[in-house]
Amino acid sequence: MVFGMGGGTSSYQEMEETDCVLLWGSNARETHPIFFHHLLKGLERGARMFAVDPRRTSSAQWADVWVGVDVGTDIPLANAVGREIIAAGLVNHDFVTHATEGFEAYRASVEPWTLARAASVTGVPAAVIRQMAHEYARARRAMLCWTLGITEHHHAVDNVLALINLALLTGHVGRWGSGINPLRGQNNVQGGGDMGALPDRLPGFQHVENDEVRQKFDRAWGVTIPPKRGWHLSGMFDAMERGELRAVYVIGENPIQSEADQHRAARLMDGLDFLVVQDLFLTDTAERADVVLPAAAGAFESEGTVTSSERRVQRCRRTLDPPGEAREDLAIIFDLARALGHDWGRPDAESVWNELRVLSPVHAGMSYGRLDEHRGLRWPCYDESHPGEAFLHARLWERPVKGRRAPFHAVEHTAPADALSDEYPIRLTTGRRLAEYNTGVQTRAYASPTRRGETIDLSPEDARQYGIAPGELVRIVSRRGEVMAPVYIDATLRPGLAFMTFHFPEQVQTNQLTIDATDPRAGTAEFKATAIRIEKAPAAAAAT
Amino acid sequence: MSATIDGRPIEARAGATILDACRDAGLDVPTLCYLETLTPVNACRVCVVEVEGARVLAPACSRRIEPGMVVRTRSPRVDLSRKLVLELLGSSVDLSTAPTLEPLMREYGADPGRFGPAPATVRQSPKVDNDLYMRDYSKCVLCYKCVEACGTDAQHTFAIAAAGRGFDAHISTEFDVVLPESACVYCGNCIAVCPTGALMAKHEYDLREAGAWKPEVQTATDTTCPYCGVGCTLTVHVQDRRIVKVTSPLESEVTRGNLCVKGRFGFEYVNKTG
Amino acid sequence: MDLHITGGEPTEDERAAIDALLGVPESGWEGAARDIARDGRTAAGGHSVAGQRHRLLPALHAVQDRVGWVSRGAMNYICRRLSVPPAEAWGVLTFYHLLARAPRPTAVAHVCDDIACRLRGAEALCQELETRLGPPLAGGSPAATPDMNGAGVSGAVEAAPALRRAGAPAPAAMAWQRSPCLGQCDAGSAALITRAGAMPERFVLAPAADASAIVEALAGSTPAPPRPTVRWTGTPRLLSRVGKVDPASLDGYREQGGYRALARALELGPERVIAEVTASKLLGRGGAAFPTGRKWDAVRRQPATPHYVVCNADESEPGTFKDRVLMEQDPFAVVEAMTICGLATGAAQGFIYIRGEYPLAEARVGSAIAEAREAGLLGADVMGSGQAFDIEVRRGGGAYICGEETALFNSIEGRRGEPRSKPPFPAEVGVFGKPTVANNVETLVNVLAIVLEGGESWARLGTPASTGTRLFCLSGHVERPGLYEVPFGATLRDLIDLAGGVPGGRGVKAVLLGGAAGSFVGPGHLDLPLTFEDARAAGATLGSGVIMVYDETADIADSLHRIAEFFHHESCGQCVPCRVGTQRQLELLPTLAAPSASSAAAAASVFGELSVAMKDASICGLGQTASGAIESALNLGLIERPVKGGE
Repeated sequence: MVFGMGGGTSSYQEMEETDCVLLWGSNARETHPIFFHHLLKGLERGARMFAVDPRRTSSAQWADVWVGVDVGTDIPLANAVGREIIAAGLVNHDFVTHATEGFEAYRASVEPWTLARAASVTGVPAAVIRQMAHEYARARRAMLCWTLGITEHHHAVDNVLALINLALLTGHVGRWGSGINPLRGQNNVQGGGDMGALPDRLPGFQHVENDEVRQKFDRAWGVTIPPKRGWHLSGMFDAMERGELRAVYVIGENPIQSEADQHRAARLMDGLDFLVVQDLFLTDTAERADVVLPAAAGAFESEGTVTSSERRVQRCRRTLDPPGEAREDLAIIFDLARALGHDWGRPDAESVWNELRVLSPVHAGMSYGRLDEHRGLRWPCYDESHPGEAFLHARLWERPVKGRRAPFHAVEHTAPADALSDEYPIRLTTGRRLAEYNTGVQTRAYASPTRRGETIDLSPEDARQYGIAPGELVRIVSRRGEVMAPVYIDATLRPGLAFMTFHFPEQVQTNQLTIDATDPRAGTAEFKATAIRIEKAPAAAAAT
Repeated sequence: MSATIDGRPIEARAGATILDACRDAGLDVPTLCYLETLTPVNACRVCVVEVEGARVLAPACSRRIEPGMVVRTRSPRVDLSRKLVLELLGSSVDLSTAPTLEPLMREYGADPGRFGPAPATVRQSPKVDNDLYMRDYSKCVLCYKCVEACGTDAQHTFAIAAAGRGFDAHISTEFDVVLPESACVYCGNCIAVCPTGALMAKHEYDLREAGAWKPEVQTATDTTCPYCGVGCTLTVHVQDRRIVKVTSPLESEVTRGNLCVKGRFGFEYVNKTG
Repeated sequence: MDLHITGGEPTEDERAAIDALLGVPESGWEGAARDIARDGRTAAGGHSVAGQRHRLLPALHAVQDRVGWVSRGAMNYICRRLSVPPAEAWGVLTFYHLLARAPRPTAVAHVCDDIACRLRGAEALCQELETRLGPPLAGGSPAATPDMNGAGVSGAVEAAPALRRAGAPAPAAMAWQRSPCLGQCDAGSAALITRAGAMPERFVLAPAADASAIVEALAGSTPAPPRPTVRWTGTPRLLSRVGKVDPASLDGYREQGGYRALARALELGPERVIAEVTASKLLGRGGAAFPTGRKWDAVRRQPATPHYVVCNADESEPGTFKDRVLMEQDPFAVVEAMTICGLATGAAQGFIYIRGEYPLAEARVGSAIAEAREAGLLGADVMGSGQAFDIEVRRGGGAYICGEETALFNSIEGRRGEPRSKPPFPAEVGVFGKPTVANNVETLVNVLAIVLEGGESWARLGTPASTGTRLFCLSGHVERPGLYEVPFGATLRDLIDLAGGVPGGRGVKAVLLGGAAGSFVGPGHLDLPLTFEDARAAGATLGSGVIMVYDETADIADSLHRIAEFFHHESCGQCVPCRVGTQRQLELLPTLAAPSASSAAAAASVFGELSVAMKDASICGLGQTASGAIESALNLGLIERPVKGGE
């Protein structure tokens, strides 16, 4: 929306050579451990770090300053940082003048966000906001990195835009060591986007509503691509609700357990006319399917590529034969095509990849040979002599700027959809733990010595107030559902803030609590902000 | 800059160590505690070389080349020190799973048996206190690699450190607590760098104990980790159609040989269905 | 840093001791009561807390002083306060032998059983103590160190029942342990007494006349401070005030010429000061004999900042006590000399690292620093010059290796005292990775006279290559063990004569020059002029100035065994040649005196190769010199078969 291509702007190497890191809504220490190694190298070199997170996570404990924001108040915080940068005269005027547009409107939009007002809305002390603003703006090089703490909100896109505004204000983008980086939560989220698994894009981030682009694909594929964008995930559920979407083909997802407001997800999936699930496991979602296609494991039993958070395209190689009737995704899809009357020939990952290279200019230079030789290449990589770009948007530093200037976006704060009330006084936020992954279907199989199962993590103060002992089973109630879980007392939380994962749906169905309030532009639900209350379980009360 | 190694004039880049220069020149210098991805601790002293004009031998792994330096990688002095170092290790440590040392022992004529009938050793029972790791400090040469990998060179978890002093120096958690009580996060980056098999995945240890570890039939294939979006290269070691070990190449810019617990150990879901 | 701390909270005493050093914790994250309005919203981490690491050893000392040992709860609290991972803190705690990590009696006597005291009957004293107090605690000295690879120091816990068994007069909180050399070799016997508590006491009993004296000291008596024997020939430069000045009085020091050198140095300016030191050809007195002027000049020129001055007062070489005498008797001289060094080399901060076995030196230097600071001779504006310099005292933890300068830096930084690889040298990369002048106490004190007299004039004493005077520590079989200052060039015989000769008119069997890291010379070397160059030519070293005399009745084998134990005990364990080599040396030593000539010869051959490899391939001077004394004894034929009185 700002830059045209959806990907982190910077290479991991640059994390080691930057001077300032804003880690915003990301517990990368646990969720992206090897990325965090690069960040740590940067800290060792002397980089300063601010970690914006409601919890003082293990990542935040590495920060020079932990910025303990209230859940869902990232826009006020970012706007106040922006206002302070402007007010303190720390704007990179050269960059703003030559490479951006919409600064005046942005300035006007952040004007009300004084440090004092932001402090009262976000809970972050004014001096801390000010320090973050000044250090970020003054740094020679600075990185802004975020994860789902930013995007799992009903105003996810605005959150991202609010952060990007800061990079534009300070010129911390398009240079070595300065960039803006969403850390991808799954091994091929980025690659899915690369390949056009976005409602409005064809492979290579080429817009489906662009006639020229579409015609190129029409010619190559011998079909006519509809000139309109599709639905993203939450849009699909809404379409199910409206009865417009009647058949769904799910590949490698477990939405019954991973989607917010699980009751609703189950109801809608159950109401479909036809559900096909292609997966490694007979997940809860697969249990409900009309047809289950057993799939091969992507990393070990399939050929192909994935794209990482630094836009590096890397190969997956088949080292094991899939078990039983399980087959590679490609083989299944090819057979499906044949059954639908299209013989695509023998399924071969490299041929498919080479077809992509013809159609997607940013991938053109990435032959399998070169991917092997370089252990992956970062897009854009326009031809076979191109080394791949370490960072994006260097063009913004050319004078005059080639192509469109990067626009500021004035964004306004809206509170989390699931409001706190006397009845639901505690803010539950969710996330991952180091040794686990998503709904646990893969990680459950190995014996992690740190595994302690699902818990509701509470601050020591709340545990005291509710008279709850560690390990005690409590009832957790939201406006949508209720679950029972044992309590884990965690001093990285403050009163009124609770934390759960969704790694152990076989124990606790956390997503029965969460809300599916969704940003219509991104389709990610507000997993990070649920209003709950805690009740002592009668049985436990009796037992203690 | 110009220098001379074993009588050959060489050109070394600024900042290069003697070992770098030797390897660039195709000369072999044995190492034990050295690893490209770790800060040299030069503790093992296997790589010592003779630098003309120096009072004592220099560790090739960490001594930087200086202009005009004259280095000998083999000389009676060098060979004697290497032989003694190997003998001292061989007489005190169980090197049975340190395959790289055996040819060195032969090459330098090391006879670890010549320190008398009952020299002190670091012999002790293996520590098996969790499902993923085994630690057998009878095999520890105190190269510090695990400490560096757990610490400032990669993981920054600092679950282990050198403790004690002298012959009693050893790698330990605080107060020697079991790993599950320690800060360990089971990334296995220590195992990956251990040169002697003192640290080993329990999976491999169990197979070895059962006599079922067969490196000669194992294949190793690179793929990309199935978990988060960082994109770590996994080298998947397969034996009898099962994954028996996962490592990562030191040359990978992304991992530098390091992984997290999921990448290194989270493959069982494939074995279980396979 | 994401610390993972489990297993225990500090006791009230432990917390109080740590807070007294570090101040009250500033936030709940560091161990204060949680203030949610603040601690729930922000926390400092990262670089500011990482910079606290250097206070680790002082914090461990604080707990040791208060409680007598360091518990897991205490260590945890220190870790939380300083953001140090517990495993790393454990590595440090287990490195320093004055720190205990299991409960033990609060009053402990560390009784020297090292080579000099052995010549004066230390072993008998230990036997007597064992009868009185039961077996020694483990950990202090090798003879008592059980094979331990774990955490506990079992001897400590067992000591109390042993006490009761011995029927000692109910001194429930009393134990003893053996200790390496305490630097009291002129006294003939010595014990370091530590009494933990709210008002901790640490003092040295020297001489420790007998077991009763030690038990009384443990029970609470405080002996008078020692009066050292000092003598010289000609006009003393280093000892001129020793015994004549009140070490607690800045005025007294000034009356005897103190702080004239600093005033002169400020007139001269840094370049001229360094020029004078260079002209003096002063060589380092710690053992390595490096030109001091060159060192200072190199640091002054370094562009990296800040620069540091480190005074190496970790005098632990067996047989050495010269720096102790200077610090105890003339502490302002050390402070003044460090100040001159700091101003000359562009350093604003100095550290003086005093071994933990020197409580009196630590106290006197500490109060001298405080007085000097009070008088404007240290601090932001030294003597009105507008220049800043200050000094912090750091206490060693019972580790000989920390006398090696890079190990000492690591110790100051809160790490294990493991030496670093050189190069880079300290002038470039020293303490905290910054350019550092590291000088020994005696070296620095020489600078005062150099600045006042001028380098060239000062250099007229001594020989052209060994200028000035030298302090020699005479011990063993001489009439008057003590500290002697003579110009370089005096012979070994001159020194022994000055010390009253060998008691009973007995002959000299051998002299250990330079301490345990030095070497033996035979009676044939008595006319050896004591200069750097003559010692080198004779294959010996002056080292730290140790002259330990063995008369014809002396049991050299016993000393050799103690030396081998010493290095085995003091090796840091970092490099293979030293870690395993010192172990093998200890094992091989008896076989060198095997009854069979052929097996002794075979052992000598293995030992010879081991010795070469230790010299050639060890990281630092400890491993490089650990076999020297035994090798010299072997070469001098001092190892006789069969061994007398060996084990």
